[in-house]
Amino acid sequence: MAEEKERPRTIEAVGTAPFEMALGPTWTRFFEGIKEEKIFGTRCKKCGRVLVPARPFCPRCFEPMEEWVEVAQEGTIVTWSYIDYTYFGLEDDMIPVVPATIKLDGTDTSWWGVIGGFDIKDFDLVAKKVKVGGRVKAVWRKEKRGCVQDIEYWKVIE
Amino acid sequence: MGRAVGIIGTGQTKHGRRDDVSYPDLVREAVNAAFEDAGITPEDIDGVVFGSMPSMMEGMAYNHFYFADAMRAVGKPILRAETCGSTGQSIAHTGVHWVSSGMADIVLVVGSEKQHEGDAQATMMTILEPFLQLSAGGAPVAFSMQSREWMGYYHIAEEKAREAAAIISVDCHNAGANNPLAHIRKRFTKEEVMNAPIITYPVRLLDVCPSSDGACAVIFASEEKAKKICETPAWVKGMGFRGEEYFIGDSSKAVWQSAIEASREAYKQAGITNPRKELDVAEIYNPFSYQELMFLECLGLCPLGKAADYVIDGVFSPGGELSCDPSGGVLCTNPIGATGLIRLAEAAMQVTGKAGSRQIEGAKLALSHAMGGAEQFNGVTIVGSEL
Ligand SMILES: [Zn+2]
Repeated sequence: MAEEKERPRTIEAVGTAPFEMALGPTWTRFFEGIKEEKIFGTRCKKCGRVLVPARPFCPRCFEPMEEWVEVAQEGTIVTWSYIDYTYFGLEDDMIPVVPATIKLDGTDTSWWGVIGGFDIKDFDLVAKKVKVGGRVKAVWRKEKRGCVQDIEYWKVIE
Repeated sequence: MGRAVGIIGTGQTKHGRRDDVSYPDLVREAVNAAFEDAGITPEDIDGVVFGSMPSMMEGMAYNHFYFADAMRAVGKPILRAETCGSTGQSIAHTGVHWVSSGMADIVLVVGSEKQHEGDAQATMMTILEPFLQLSAGGAPVAFSMQSREWMGYYHIAEEKAREAAAIISVDCHNAGANNPLAHIRKRFTKEEVMNAPIITYPVRLLDVCPSSDGACAVIFASEEKAKKICETPAWVKGMGFRGEEYFIGDSSKAVWQSAIEASREAYKQAGITNPRKELDVAEIYNPFSYQELMFLECLGLCPLGKAADYVIDGVFSPGGELSCDPSGGVLCTNPIGATGLIRLAEAAMQVTGKAGSRQIEGAKLALSHAMGGAEQFNGVTIVGSEL
């Protein structure tokens, strides 16, 4: 233990820094749509792709994306995982979680979501129901805050 | 490319939990080791490049202010560059450009991280904005989902991917045990890896890298200076770096274009047409064993969709056709801001016969690589024993 006593010490501190992120016109309108249970993308006039969430400009063509498109609330699972450990921001009672990326019908991107609506504590059941290429649809919360979490989860379409 | 550039010295700390030293002390440990290796003094340095993860990982913004003294940057030009996990490749490229352009003759490049001084997970959660992309679970989830996307895209059987990932983990942990500087120096059996608890499906506990403290320094010199100072410089043969869109779903992560394009660019510059045959060593950025499978494909070391078969056949294991991560890789050591530079330092050590216990006999050409962002960036640097 002598060695422990001689070990150079540390000093503890906690810093917090609040912030306020400006959404700009495009994402403001996108979240207004979410409040009304609508998912909006925008279309690039050059490459024709529809991206979700709606974008002010196309990341590849660098052109404005001014055409608004209400997209389907159903889509295909591109990938998924099963979180069974507590990461920062996840409390014990929040795991397991089944995150997925979902390609909504008529769009050219995939978007993060969480799969639910059944007993996800059972990994084998999750692995049976959740498949790459499987179909899901959005399930909305009753109370909307105009944020991504207004989609409570994505329900597997059997 | 501009002027030829050689690596004349590298230095690393002992990696691991390093609360025995202050952060500047840690940085200086790597810097001093590089000076000793190169046989030059701080006065010979024309400029300093530094990079780390977001510096609040260690509780302060702009941590290079804190380390300026430890890098002996007083009175010299200093630059900071960072691209998350690929920071080590970004700062190396910055240093090479500086020398290659003729703006400097000798440049010191330093990457570091002290993950135990802050909350690495909390910092990771600030890398994406928290409103448009829900990224619960941080880096492990992002990269596990990428692995699952790859398995789904190529219809790779779960058991086959799991076995191949386990082989990579076993090989890396064996190599780490053989590297005196590695953080994790413990061997595991394939069965232990395959049966470890799931962290973020499909990734299991022993498929994941540790959180490490550590630093790495690399000294780059112009051809003229390198030949004068160093008997065996490691020559920079090719470099490539590519970025992708911010939104993860905007591009395929199974056929990972930034890794494909960055390596193609580097091979083109290096005149390499068959990388698996021509390279002697590859130091691949593998924080997750499954990701290495994808990199083997995207870096052109085996056909797309076939990495699991090649790994199971032993092609990338010790004694196989191409040795991968003889240092133990990221799976055994991950001080993130240093990690990509450690890949390059290890590659340089291999082609100059300085790799000690982990030396691959007769290595002449080596690839180093790093990946960063939420699957957004890939960087590659190839070094060789001949100009
Ligand atoms: Zn476009």
